[in-house]
Amino acid sequence: MNRQITIAVGAVALLALFGAPLYLAPFSITLLNYIGVYSLIALGLVLLTGNAGMVSFGQASFMGIAAYATGWASAVMGYSPWLGLILALVLTGLVAAVLGAVTLRLGGHFLSLSTIAWGLALYFSFGNIPGLGAFDGIPSLPPISIGGIALADSGQIFYLIWGALLLSMLAIHNLLNSRVGRALRALRGGNALVESLGVNALQIRLITFVIAALCAALSGWLYAHMSRFVSPTPFDVTMSIIFLMMAMIGGSGYLLGAVVGAAIIILLRNGIQDVLPMIAPGSSGQLEVVVFASLFILFLQRARNGIVPFIAQWIPEPHRERPPQADALPRQQQPAKDTALMQVEAVTRRFGGLIAVNDVSFDVRAGEILALIGPNGAGKTTMFNVITGALQPSAGRITFAGKDITGANASKIAAAGIARTFQHVKLRPKMTLIDNVLLGTYGRASAGFIKSALRLDRAEEARARHEAMKQLDRVGLGDRPYELAGNLPLGNQRVLEIARALAADPVLLVLDEPAAGLRRQEKLALAELLRTLRAEGLTILLVEHDMEFVMGLVDRIVVMEFGCKLCEGDPAAVRADTRVQEAYLGGVA
Amino acid sequence: MNAQIAAILAIDGIASGAIYVLIAIGFVLIFAVTRIIFVPFGDIAAFTALTLAGLENKQLPGTVGMVAVLAAMAALMEIFSLWRKGALDRIPRALFFYLVLPLMPAAIIWLTAGTMLPTPLRLLLTVAVILPIAPLLNRIVYQPIADATVLLLLIVSVALHFAMSGLGLLFFGPEGVRTQSLVDFTTFIAGTPVSGQAMLILGSAIFFSFLLYLFFNFTLYGKALHATAINRTGARLMGIRPQQACTIAFLLSSVLAAVSGILIAPVNTIFYDSGFLIGLKSFVGAIIGGMVSFPVTAVGSVFVGVLEGFAAFLSSPFKDVIVFSILIPVLLWRSYTLVHAEEEDEE
Amino acid sequence: MALLSIQNVSVSYGKAEAVRNVSLEVDRGQIVTVIGPNGAGKTSLLTSAIGMIPAAGRVVFDGVDITSLPTEDRIEMGFCLVPERRELFADMSVYDNLLLGAYTRRDGSAAIKTSMEEVYGRFPRLRERHTQKAGTLSGGERQMLALGRALMAKPKLLMLDEPSLGLAPLITKEIFRIIASLHETGVSILLVEQNARAALETANFGYVMETGEIVHSGSSATLIDDPRLIATYLGGHANH
Repeated sequence: MNRQITIAVGAVALLALFGAPLYLAPFSITLLNYIGVYSLIALGLVLLTGNAGMVSFGQASFMGIAAYATGWASAVMGYSPWLGLILALVLTGLVAAVLGAVTLRLGGHFLSLSTIAWGLALYFSFGNIPGLGAFDGIPSLPPISIGGIALADSGQIFYLIWGALLLSMLAIHNLLNSRVGRALRALRGGNALVESLGVNALQIRLITFVIAALCAALSGWLYAHMSRFVSPTPFDVTMSIIFLMMAMIGGSGYLLGAVVGAAIIILLRNGIQDVLPMIAPGSSGQLEVVVFASLFILFLQRARNGIVPFIAQWIPEPHRERPPQADALPRQQQPAKDTALMQVEAVTRRFGGLIAVNDVSFDVRAGEILALIGPNGAGKTTMFNVITGALQPSAGRITFAGKDITGANASKIAAAGIARTFQHVKLRPKMTLIDNVLLGTYGRASAGFIKSALRLDRAEEARARHEAMKQLDRVGLGDRPYELAGNLPLGNQRVLEIARALAADPVLLVLDEPAAGLRRQEKLALAELLRTLRAEGLTILLVEHDMEFVMGLVDRIVVMEFGCKLCEGDPAAVRADTRVQEAYLGGVA
Repeated sequence: MNAQIAAILAIDGIASGAIYVLIAIGFVLIFAVTRIIFVPFGDIAAFTALTLAGLENKQLPGTVGMVAVLAAMAALMEIFSLWRKGALDRIPRALFFYLVLPLMPAAIIWLTAGTMLPTPLRLLLTVAVILPIAPLLNRIVYQPIADATVLLLLIVSVALHFAMSGLGLLFFGPEGVRTQSLVDFTTFIAGTPVSGQAMLILGSAIFFSFLLYLFFNFTLYGKALHATAINRTGARLMGIRPQQACTIAFLLSSVLAAVSGILIAPVNTIFYDSGFLIGLKSFVGAIIGGMVSFPVTAVGSVFVGVLEGFAAFLSSPFKDVIVFSILIPVLLWRSYTLVHAEEEDEE
Repeated sequence: MALLSIQNVSVSYGKAEAVRNVSLEVDRGQIVTVIGPNGAGKTSLLTSAIGMIPAAGRVVFDGVDITSLPTEDRIEMGFCLVPERRELFADMSVYDNLLLGAYTRRDGSAAIKTSMEEVYGRFPRLRERHTQKAGTLSGGERQMLALGRALMAKPKLLMLDEPSLGLAPLITKEIFRIIASLHETGVSILLVEQNARAALETANFGYVMETGEIVHSGSSATLIDDPRLIATYLGGHANH
């Protein structure tokens, strides 16, 4: 499907949508209004859960805060609903910021449990704070007015709702395809990767959380002035899980999924309300919840991905052009060849009584490939983790390019000019090749959330894309930048990780068992790539088990055994050293 | 507030806390063996109360219908999956465990509906009819996704709670119930009145905690279950079957839920949806115990009960807010002290 | 007929192929070893043989095709594994760990007590520490406990995954001595090891594994002096 067809279809859909009040009955317009309002909150969940991986059971409470804020401002205090909007957004944003700052350190199910906790706490507060009408709520909210026209009719507020929804979708779409958007999408799967790229995971999580809350707030404001009435009931945990259901059933990774999911649930509810009284008169209300919950469970058991990706399978991929040429990003100065680039001095690491690394010293010289080898249990992995900032040394010093980096964390190591890969490849399989590599440029660019949402980051993006393509070409993966990373064979995935590391413009490349699990051909290709990089002046440190791979490739080897440095030298010398042979072949019995 | 009031609040708090202990231990037991945070657990306790009330009023409790529906579903699913595997010879056994056994208590109740049974029999039947619900739910809802992440299992559990709540309304109706007191005396300790029921509750909490302690520490099967929680791989390598362990965990904890339902029914008015809040407050206790330590869970749950009592006295409308808000600092504290063995998911 | 026959087994983790078309046999009463450097796929081979990870190919034990049986059923048949990570119950005592090893046995508590006495006899250090929590034992003691626990099941075939891993040389010596003596009780052993020399001195027959494949095999006496071993462990194959 080429661009023209997409634009034509989109235009027709928009036209049909905005003409709806002209040809649909008022009841259908009301339904569409509800779909629009709920899509907004589901949109926030698409961002928060589908993209950033945080499951929230509390979004309905944010909706409630906004609804009550505007209800109080407009109905109780008599202010304009627009002032109510400002109050709603500010109040919800603040509450979200505080809750997020406290709870976002939690991960996985602990985080979700905390959302149940504050979701419930907020819900109970709605009914108990004096002046908010208790469980009867606040009646008679005024309608929103634009330019003197009161949007009292369902057909009038329709335009505001769908206009707000479409603008929000546009902003979030821009956001997801930007520097911070990629960082946010890279959050699921663990912090290790993003921190090694210099991303402040907690900050990104918090901002995403607040944005999702603001979507809920906008939704709550519209809801309040649409139904002209605020009470606690629509903002309890039941609604929160229905919103989650909408996002997941629609397809939680996709913006359109929010709308599709909301539409399906609302139409389904409508349909069920017609059908159930025929099957079970008198108990249809109760059965409705059971039906929805059971459908959700069935969905979670069988078809977790949602409808939009299911349908998208059948639509042929649009052809996407290579990103155009642009200016390069500024580069680091590479150090002179053979100077001591990194010095590891008397590094020791203890775990309680066990000494995993014992007084190890060695240098990495600029422009060489150095391998760290040793039998299992030798301490290579621990040494590696100390160098890359995943562990602190118990004693000793590490200097890099003249700076002391002892005990620096992963982010600082990245900033110093060291880029790494991982033993178990840490790519984002659902992101494209170019997006994965673009993650590496995070530290070299600066556009934040607002700039990205407003699309003011295009110049910087173009330069970053140019850089990413350059690295993809360099490693031989430049022919299909829009392929999903998960579809690549392992050898190519490792190479892609290297491209990502190169995109950070490092001075030292640190590789963790790059040859593990590769087939012979893939290993040869990898070795060739590393030789090419060395020829271009890059310094490489690698930890490896595969002796065949190492022997033909590296300049020097450091051998470890039982936590100590056993010997150091060029491959031939190391291979012939009887102590090394003993260490590997064993021979105690 | 003076010392007298504080004492009464404390005793009431310990009594509610004792109920929370039973349910919290059940949560921990289920999570430890199955990695499921079984949100509908509180609902099962509430259903027990409703069942007992039904039997006391010589009515047919809705539990009978509920168990029948669940047993039929589970049996059908099991037969279908055995048929697909070509293991037709295992079908009679499946029918027995998933259909006949669960329906036996329900059948007895149905046959004796309308007659007033002696109290011990009533209590026994109540527990017996409730017991199959959680294992049946396990078969229907969780077994097909046994390898899912804890988070997904949690989402499923939350959805399941709403389904159970709806079924509760359907089978039990919207009225609240209160059963007869099981014991009818009041003693005085240090000048403060202590009801017999409260003592029974506390006594039961201690008794069952002790029983579980004995089971886990002195029987081979208990040790095997505990081992499944400590190291699932190691347990499998000893020939311990995880699916069996899950079923037993659900059964044992159902006993705890049933007992707490019976104990709380005379004290509070229980509705079809009371289970959620009771479950959630017990859950705070379970988190204090790190979802892993029975003794700390017990202490934590009593703490929650006492906190709730004092919070109710100080500000009744906000007592629930206070109790739920406690969950957040507890979660934070626990996330520092527990090692998360689980890798974050790629969904 | 071999007690254990692994036929054309391949194991993949996503895109990575850890084991490629491996076949091997263990006869009754034998000690067979699979040696090879780290990353050769030895652990994946054992883990798939016991049924904990899916694999292509066939596994036959004691005349029964066990390829589609779950792990627990294989354990009940007398086919046991001491995994690389030992997988002890760290919070439980030495005594409880050993007791759980006998979970699948049906011959009564007296027989189990006798077995426990035998294990304590073989590993006196465990008797000294029988109330201690398994997590507080030293590396060598943990290895002994893992071995003892597996013996409690009275297995017909015992697979050992790198028993010398992380152990100091002196303890390694003791472990291999014990493994050799186990042989006398009638247990057949499949021993996977990185420490080639120690393994070959204990076993009757050996297979050499490299990057997922068996590259040579033979009686341990012939393998032990085979110069190709050095190439396997330290690279430098002439025909690459």
